[in-house]
Amino acid sequence: MEMVKLTIDGVQIEVPKGTTVLEAARSAHIHIPTLCYLKGINEIGACRMCLVEVKGARSLQASCVFPVGEGMEIRTNTPAIREARKTNMELILSNHDRKCLTCVRSENCELQTLSTQLGVNDIRYEGEQGNYAVDEVSTSIVRDPNKCILCRRCVSTCREVQGIGAIGATERGFNTIIEPVYSKSLADVNCINCGQCIEACPVGALREKDDTDKVWDAINNPDLHVVVQTAPAVRVALGEEFGMPIGTRVTGKMVAALRRLGFDRIFDTDFTADLTIMEEGTELLGRLKKGENLPLITSCSPGWIKYCEHNYPELLDNLSTCKSPHEMMGAMVKSYYAEKTNQDPANIYVVSIMPCTAKKFESQRPELQATGYPDVDAVLTTRELARMIKQAGINFLKLEDEDFDPILGDSTGAAVIFGATGGVMEAALRTVAEIVTGKPLENLEIHAVRGLEGVKEVEIPLGDITVKAAVAHGTGNAKALMDKVVSGEKEYHFIEIMGCPGGCVTGGGQPIVPAQVQMDVDVRAKRAAAIYDEDRSLPVRKSHENESVKKVYDEYLGEPNSHRAHELLHTHYTPRNKF
Amino acid sequence: MTASILQDEKLMELKNTIDEFKDKEGPLMPIMHKAQELYGYLPVEVQEYIAKALDIPLSDIYGVATFYSQFTLKPQGKNTIGVCMGTACYVKGSQAILDEIVREIDLKPGETSDDFNFTLNATRCLGACGLAPVIMINDDVYGRLVPSDIKGIISKYRTK
Repeated sequence: MEMVKLTIDGVQIEVPKGTTVLEAARSAHIHIPTLCYLKGINEIGACRMCLVEVKGARSLQASCVFPVGEGMEIRTNTPAIREARKTNMELILSNHDRKCLTCVRSENCELQTLSTQLGVNDIRYEGEQGNYAVDEVSTSIVRDPNKCILCRRCVSTCREVQGIGAIGATERGFNTIIEPVYSKSLADVNCINCGQCIEACPVGALREKDDTDKVWDAINNPDLHVVVQTAPAVRVALGEEFGMPIGTRVTGKMVAALRRLGFDRIFDTDFTADLTIMEEGTELLGRLKKGENLPLITSCSPGWIKYCEHNYPELLDNLSTCKSPHEMMGAMVKSYYAEKTNQDPANIYVVSIMPCTAKKFESQRPELQATGYPDVDAVLTTRELARMIKQAGINFLKLEDEDFDPILGDSTGAAVIFGATGGVMEAALRTVAEIVTGKPLENLEIHAVRGLEGVKEVEIPLGDITVKAAVAHGTGNAKALMDKVVSGEKEYHFIEIMGCPGGCVTGGGQPIVPAQVQMDVDVRAKRAAAIYDEDRSLPVRKSHENESVKKVYDEYLGEPNSHRAHELLHTHYTPRNKF
Repeated sequence: MTASILQDEKLMELKNTIDEFKDKEGPLMPIMHKAQELYGYLPVEVQEYIAKALDIPLSDIYGVATFYSQFTLKPQGKNTIGVCMGTACYVKGSQAILDEIVREIDLKPGETSDDFNFTLNATRCLGACGLAPVIMINDDVYGRLVPSDIKGIISKYRTK
């Protein structure tokens, strides 16, 4: 690799050719402020916060897009730079609504942080306010142009990473706005509700539809029996909202907090993740035997499902008919659990705590009402749960660990890995391989499907056939994979797709990590590592060995893919317009 | 897609332009220009057609269409009136000219009459500052105007 020597603030460093000044400075522990910069995703030099002095250059340069050169002399901290950054910040703030006190991103807002860092204590320019209508029609995402600073991090994420382009910059100059075509609501375009735009947004212009009031009302309603469930990825991220390091497991504290919030039963979506493996594994074996609707494509990710409905209607028969695990849980709570506890499902209210904004949309699909009532009544993101815990005055860090309620709270290591990309595939193969060969697996861990490669492939011998499998995460990667499947360039038996890059651990409902932190830490890898730690810590690590799952089949469902299982646990899909 | 908008002949011509440019760098502008020329505006169906053909998001096309003033999203009138609001024309009283036209044809800038006879635009500098204040109707230039000239000029473009 060709190296380049340069000096930054008097420090001599050597970095690979092609490195930007911003990255080079970072490697020398010199932090240059950024706002529109999102590593690897949005590097466009738009916000002018990362200005530096390059000796010999005519003007200050945006370091995020300025490549290093041999012998270059850079200054990152001079009066001229500080003044320029501060003035630019004041200009950005001149037409921002500045309602920090009531903003959901207060204290986790990159604009607020940077404004403080730059020492902005007065805004000399009072710009005209846009007074735009806030788009609150979507079940998942609220879009508020009054807070938007036009950094385009959301646009790049939606277009480049997710391969969608539901939003873009329209109009020009002062009238520029980030919005869907024809100023439509996000609810009326090809938005898949993945919420990656929220994760990318440095301010409060994009945020989840807050459903905490609905859930507080349910908890406070004496006539309702309120059941809560938590997805695998929530337990490895919730702690961050309380200042814990990225990748801290807080499963026990999370359960304790939910109990203190007043939920009547605390179940684990991991139970129905195990159930999913039983149903989907059986479905896979059935399709392999008949040779139809292959490849089987996983259906756990509602962002991916909506993406598929918009873009690959010809593949809908390939999708597993399995509901996503939290919807299975809702259906089981309102049928099996209601019968067991002698309750009318009308009086049961199911809340899902998810790393996901797309599950808010999913829960309102009319087809997901197995008992005549919605399987799931409300979906909260990890962030919303943290908000409720804070509102309740619970000292999260001091909570003693508690356990989920039996038996819909019992689960395995196979279930918890659903939270990371490749996890569903690995869990399914752990079970299917044993069912087909009749022999216990020597090595449970299938590392070929782990990690952050965009598309991963693995071949697993299962009796007479070798199962060809692929895993993709993020709909942009999914698109690349699906185009090859549709064109016939690639053939697989089984494909796992997660709508979000990294899988659920970095879903659109997860704690938002500032771009400056993301420069140093791979959040996806840290949280995934916690997921795999959790797997290793559990006594049972294969779905078909979950005793409670076996019990539910014995007592209620019969066998996987039985008539009753189909009624409760399976669904169908709807083709949608491409745009 | 409605057949009325994506008429075969125009669509064939658009398709040819797409085929010509799609593997070149920066294909969008020439294709959109062609579409604007063929249809007189950029119907959503045409934008969707281009998006599918180039495998890009609809928002890319819509963003470009709303950025540049030469693209329009609504059908234009048979006669497009451009009132120059550039500095020279403005100083020479173009606001009064615009106001008079607004009164005469009962349209605001950016609007098109219900019978699609007129579209009124307030434009940037038309480059005829020596004739300020200036208006253009289609390719005809009218300069050194006073408000009382307007009625007579407009009448030439009224549908008979």
